[in-house]
Amino acid sequence: MSATHHAHGSLPAEPEKATLEGRNKILGFWLFLGGETVLFGTLFATFLGYNNVKGIGDGPDPAHLFDLKLVALATLILLVSSLTSVFAVQAMHRHDKSKMLLWFGVTVVLGLAFLGLEIYEFVHYVHEGHTFSTSAFSSAFYTLVGFHGAHVLFGSLWIALLMLQLVKKGLTVVTAPKCYVAALYWHFVDLVWVFIFTVVYLMSKVG
Amino acid sequence: MAHAHTVKRYTGLMDWLTTVDHKKIGILYLIGGGLFFLLGGLEAILIRIQLMYPQNDFLDASTYNQVLTMHGTTMIFLAVMPIIFAFMNAIIPLQIGARDVAYPFVNAVGFWMFFLGGLLLNVSWFFNGAPDAGWTSYVPLANNEYSGKGVDFYVLGLQIAGIGTLAGGINFLVTIINMRAPGMTFMRMPLFTWTSFITSALILFAFPAITVGLVLLMFERLFSANYFDVAAGGNIVLWQHIFWIFGHPEVYILILPAFGIISEIVSTFARKRLFGYSAMVFATALIGFLGFMVWVHHMFTTGLGPIGNAIFSIATMLIAIPTGIKIFNWIFTMWGGQYSFNTASLFAAGFIPTFVMGGVTGVMLAAPAADWQYHDSYFVVAHFHYVIVGGLVFGLLAGLHYWWPKMFGRMLNETIGKFSFWTFFIGFHMTFLVQHFLGLWGMPRRIFTFLENQGLDELNFISTIGALLMGVSTIAILVNIAVTQMKPRNAPADPWDGRTLEWSIPSPAPEYNFKQIPLVRGLDALFKEKIEGKKEMTPAEPLGPIHMPSPSILPFTMSIGLFIAGFGFMYARWDFDNGFLDAIFGHYIVAGAGLLITLVSMLLRSVFDDHGYHIEVEELEKEVHA
Ligand code: HEM
Ligand SMILES: [Cu+2]
Repeated sequence: MSATHHAHGSLPAEPEKATLEGRNKILGFWLFLGGETVLFGTLFATFLGYNNVKGIGDGPDPAHLFDLKLVALATLILLVSSLTSVFAVQAMHRHDKSKMLLWFGVTVVLGLAFLGLEIYEFVHYVHEGHTFSTSAFSSAFYTLVGFHGAHVLFGSLWIALLMLQLVKKGLTVVTAPKCYVAALYWHFVDLVWVFIFTVVYLMSKVG
Repeated sequence: MAHAHTVKRYTGLMDWLTTVDHKKIGILYLIGGGLFFLLGGLEAILIRIQLMYPQNDFLDASTYNQVLTMHGTTMIFLAVMPIIFAFMNAIIPLQIGARDVAYPFVNAVGFWMFFLGGLLLNVSWFFNGAPDAGWTSYVPLANNEYSGKGVDFYVLGLQIAGIGTLAGGINFLVTIINMRAPGMTFMRMPLFTWTSFITSALILFAFPAITVGLVLLMFERLFSANYFDVAAGGNIVLWQHIFWIFGHPEVYILILPAFGIISEIVSTFARKRLFGYSAMVFATALIGFLGFMVWVHHMFTTGLGPIGNAIFSIATMLIAIPTGIKIFNWIFTMWGGQYSFNTASLFAAGFIPTFVMGGVTGVMLAAPAADWQYHDSYFVVAHFHYVIVGGLVFGLLAGLHYWWPKMFGRMLNETIGKFSFWTFFIGFHMTFLVQHFLGLWGMPRRIFTFLENQGLDELNFISTIGALLMGVSTIAILVNIAVTQMKPRNAPADPWDGRTLEWSIPSPAPEYNFKQIPLVRGLDALFKEKIEGKKEMTPAEPLGPIHMPSPSILPFTMSIGLFIAGFGFMYARWDFDNGFLDAIFGHYIVAGAGLLITLVSMLLRSVFDDHGYHIEVEELEKEVHA
């Protein structure tokens, strides 16, 4: 009930925490990220378990296949997108809806650019004979990286949808927690990528 | 300020399909879990009839595998878990003095995911056979070469049901952290709420692991991945690790709420506060933590080596310490109290020795050298049934009789109740006590028959008679429910002279739970007021309009979508005789359509805000006199 009240009056400084619903959403989301950590942890464990069987099957050796320059570019794009989502949340705290839309928009564009690179990369690998069914290693590789990619896709769609809501309903104590939580999700997805970059790509070069 | 949003209130079936009220969802879980429990029980009886005589041909080997697999899977995932969720839903908000759970909508999603996931698993009986690789679905047995189509149903059905469970777990965590009544500090929370809290945390960290496991198995079976194909560098032990890092916490997910129920009932009927309350809380947390540290005790015979085995053996035995603390605290609570016996308190009392026996055989199994002997024998079957039936199911039946008046407004019949207790108790020990000996004498687990005159004939026969006796008990419980349902709804608010908040409001609880949120002034909040001569709780807020979330059909349609998508994925590569079926399944059209239904439902949810509705003061005051 206080939700509708605030929506018409002035917004508090941290609109995402103004209502119990909002606080519930944020807490629940942190917990959900705890679960996501286990999910990715299990995928990483699977990948690491098969990291030593790279040579098996008739696919190419990933150490030569992986193109670090491309992956580094993707990493850069994703890290910047984390920054732009921070700008969006800062704009939210200033109650500046148009800047929010701007920075969320940039975030989505960067996310989609990352996805584009990833799709290009996967297609390239498949052409080189590194397919999903080549070996246990390749299956684990596509599962881990693909799961992350699916998260990026989901996050991009989610933030895009939130932008629509912002336009339609404005910045309220109902929309604010959603935006805050989406930004948290985005940081999490970026963080997972940092681990993927290290464990999957860098380690394959040194290992 | 408060807009008078008019809200559609549905009746009949539509009311149940659209409800977001935690108490109704609790009842839905009870019905859903109860139906699956009957199914799993029927399967148990089929297993036991097959094993009643040596070389029996009641079931053939393949059917036996399916019945056995579905019995274990159904019981764990679709029967006892949902019944736990039934009580968590019906009782936790009442025990902490809250009007609702944190996310009523998600709560409904959780239920429908569980139910339709369970349904998907069970329709496998009518399509190309049920899963047949055991409830643990070990690879390579669960690969396409060795098992039937049923395992696809296992993978997808459990995946959908698992999403529901995870949503439920997060919901309860947030509810308990953020929505306690004023004064309800953590160290004043009733133990059922506490144990449910830890259980929810375990769900949060265990279920994502099985989610990944099921995804891997699905990719292996449907999309030719190679995780478990040794020729391609895969490794089957990976499955076991993933399964058990989920599976072991899962047994604590199951047993902790039962511990909570026992604590409530023992202290209510001993008419004393729980002995060692804070020790109970810490023991619960410790068990929850250790639960994640012991999964390898299921894998002693896979050859992980003596060091690994030793570490996990010791970690396992450590759990006996906090568990022992709990047992002694229950006994000390009963000690010197005036323990009064009715159906609920009998089941609670029966729990204690039975569970202890299961714990003792657990410690025996935790010694790797000994486990080498017991492994995959009936001794293991006896052990875990002492824990899950003698522990958990006893706890659930105790809770059922204890909270029935609060959930349904009617008191169950005590005479029938006691009959069902004694038949269950005797039947249980008859069935499973002898299985320890069967195991030690060499009867293997998961084998559909045994030879004559090897010393296994009599005990198997006794075991089956015991199972039938438990069947009689189950029928008695159903009769009790039917008889009770025909009587008027006249249960008092506080039939047991209870100690916790749920007994301070009418039975059944009104849709808004508390007209005014209560002020909690100590442990056993209601009892504290009673000893000070008050009849009810002091309110913590003035009477005002209460905001309620509106009902919605979307949780149902979301789950239906996933149900359809499950079929689509499973049959995408199937050879149909029928050209039309081939065409729509073959191109993932069905799968896509299902996912689309789910996504559109989610979209609708996000586009249309739920303003809910208000129950106004006049209406609240009216209900007092009604
Ligand atoms: C109430 C009466 C019950 C009876 C008579 C019964 C009987 C049996 C029997 C005979 C087996 C087959 C053992 C084998 O051949 O390996 C079995 C397996 C099993 N039961 Fe039960 N059971 C009952 C209840 C339960 C409950 C309540 C649960 C769980 C909450 C449960 C969980 C299991 C599991 C997990 C298996 C192992 C299945 C597998 O090996 O894949 N049972 N039960
Ligand atoms: Cu275990």
